[in-house]
Amino acid sequence: MSLTKDTETVVGAGFRKSKKSWSGWMFMAPFIVVFALVLLAPILYAVYLSLFETRMIGGSQFVGFDNFLRAFKDAQFWDGVLRILKFFAMQVPIMLGLALAAALAIDSSRLKGKNFFRIGIFVPYAVPAVVATLMWGFMFGDRFGLIGNLNEFFNINIPSLLSANLILLAIANIQIWTFTGYNMLIFYSSLRTIPEELYEAAELDGANQWWIIRSIKLPALRGAMVITTVFSIIGSFQLFNEPNVLKGIVPNSITSYFTPNMYAYNLAFSGQQHNYSATIALIMGVLTMVIAYSVQHFGTRKDER
Amino acid sequence: MASSKKSVARWLSVTATAAMLAGSLVACGSSDKPVETPDAGDVESALDEKSSLLVWGWDPAIEPVAAAFEAKYPNVDVEVVNVGTNADHYTKVQNAITAGKGAPDLAQMEYQAIPQFALSDGLADLTELGAKDLESKYTPAAWNNVLVNDGIYGLPWGTGPMALFYNSAVFEKHGVEVPTTWAEYTQAAKDLKAADPAVRITNDSGDAGFSTSMIWQAGGQPFKIDGEKVEINLQDEGSVKWATAWNELVQDELVAPISSWSDEWYQGLGNGTIASLTIGAWMAGNLESGVPDGAGDWRVAPMPVWEAGDTGTSENGGGAFSMLKGSENKIVAQQFLEFMTASTEGQTITLETVGGIPSTVAELANDEWLNREWEYFGGQKVNQVLADSANNVITGWQYLPFQVYANSVFADSVGQSYENRTDINEGLKAWQSTVAEFGTQQGFDVTSK
Repeated sequence: MSLTKDTETVVGAGFRKSKKSWSGWMFMAPFIVVFALVLLAPILYAVYLSLFETRMIGGSQFVGFDNFLRAFKDAQFWDGVLRILKFFAMQVPIMLGLALAAALAIDSSRLKGKNFFRIGIFVPYAVPAVVATLMWGFMFGDRFGLIGNLNEFFNINIPSLLSANLILLAIANIQIWTFTGYNMLIFYSSLRTIPEELYEAAELDGANQWWIIRSIKLPALRGAMVITTVFSIIGSFQLFNEPNVLKGIVPNSITSYFTPNMYAYNLAFSGQQHNYSATIALIMGVLTMVIAYSVQHFGTRKDER
Repeated sequence: MASSKKSVARWLSVTATAAMLAGSLVACGSSDKPVETPDAGDVESALDEKSSLLVWGWDPAIEPVAAAFEAKYPNVDVEVVNVGTNADHYTKVQNAITAGKGAPDLAQMEYQAIPQFALSDGLADLTELGAKDLESKYTPAAWNNVLVNDGIYGLPWGTGPMALFYNSAVFEKHGVEVPTTWAEYTQAAKDLKAADPAVRITNDSGDAGFSTSMIWQAGGQPFKIDGEKVEINLQDEGSVKWATAWNELVQDELVAPISSWSDEWYQGLGNGTIASLTIGAWMAGNLESGVPDGAGDWRVAPMPVWEAGDTGTSENGGGAFSMLKGSENKIVAQQFLEFMTASTEGQTITLETVGGIPSTVAELANDEWLNREWEYFGGQKVNQVLADSANNVITGWQYLPFQVYANSVFADSVGQSYENRTDINEGLKAWQSTVAEFGTQQGFDVTSK
């Protein structure tokens, strides 16, 4: 979006009354075409779908905003939304905390073999979500996995992380494992942009490492914090792969409406309720946008102060 | 500025129109194309022309049947694609129907799935293609499964009368008799677990197909369908009878909480920690190919009954092949359907590949098939047990016209009873209310008792 705006300004300022004002649009055209086809058109189609209801008996009819009203009263939908918020509150602070610690450690120049650590922490990000989930899923089981073996070997009783009340932790674990390295890299690259002079000045003032972290590094990371938080919000709201794959291993621990995305998917493809599914998807899209936007707004305003 | 804003607005409206058009095109895609019943000449010329068929299904016998058909009609090219099993397969079929293109000509369709796809206008009615004349070839029970509101929405390929598959080595080792009634079954479950804490009589983590089959055998009829009228009562006598008996098995951890078809399941079947399965006849071939370690140990016995002396059984799985409404090659597709399901050639290939129970009268009474000694089952004449079960299936059972959806939310309700080891009857009630709500929302006239 911001790209479009910038171009508009340039076009408007430079060639206001000239016929050549179209040349800018021509450069933009490939982007606009793709943008319209892969983003705008599906959204508009979803809006169109959400205004109808197709029944097995009676066919399709226009119902206005009935689907939206239904969603606002749908306990299963809100159950999924709440679960995602819980997941977000639990997973994101741990993940970003670990990523921050790792980035600071690698940046501290006191770590030996930092390239090895940097790649080592980042590698899980390269593992496809489905593979990662299956791998962890088989470790978590108390009958067949690592936990089961530990229980058997030490004759103890660690509960299965795949049971219904702990499975959210299992999913958080998988996501932390996958995405810590990715966030670490964002933090680390922003740390690299801090000018050396600041460190030299701090040293002259007699600051120790903790003061340097508190007064130079952390403030410099604020922008990266906002970005990673926004990415994490979007990631949490899109939660689908991990629970959907785990459902294959432990069907009773994960309901068909475990996350809003799974709910929308099952409504569309098992229940043939495409219209209602589109409605759920739209509401989730708007909800994600609002929350992500307010975090960004709040975060950057603090930054400017 | 102003002009560029305007063009953005124009862009938006163009895209919007395009999206609406796309929407209405999809809607048109599934409209009726009237088909006239072809005569012999039409069929012959269609088969002589170069043509191709796309078949989706997961059964290993489809490939060899397709190869035989291609050998008979060299101008027809049959492509077989396995897009997934059960739910995955139906999701993809549903996607293709909704998208209006990319759908196969023919798709494997379990009996319980046929009504949902037929009612939502995804399947071709084979009446127009002359399928009515084939009725006498199939067993009445099999034929009944492909009829929806007087239309014929597939040709039956195999049935799944239930039987007890058991690992005789495990039973013998622990000195436990093979159960003939469900009371004996519970006792055998206790004895096996007491003899070896790692052994369970069977696995069950809550499976909609298994539960409905068990309710069926217990004399329940929770779903009664009459046109658009749907009556649901998952607390009728048979349902309660099964759920109450099964409560004990689940709550006392007498069954392994392992999902069927998982790696763990195959492992358990192979190493003897899952000692038996009450399942459809098609399991014979699946055991042979999926559990090679059990060769020689497994046997087949009649499905346990509720009272000594009862004979009634039920079906589990089994299915047909259906033609998608959008198929552009209906005459050839119909010929392939008939070849696969009704001809001796097609049925013989199927029975040799996967075993199981034929859906045709001729093959079911074939002595050679009946007397076949199955090496995997220690030379037992397995087909006789399975054929007996086929003849004893309790009639009158009906599935919901939206069973695929109902089964997809089974874990949300009954599955929770399994997970928490609470009363399965409560799970059944919760399932009923979800299913009834869905039915009403889909325009059915639902009575929920």
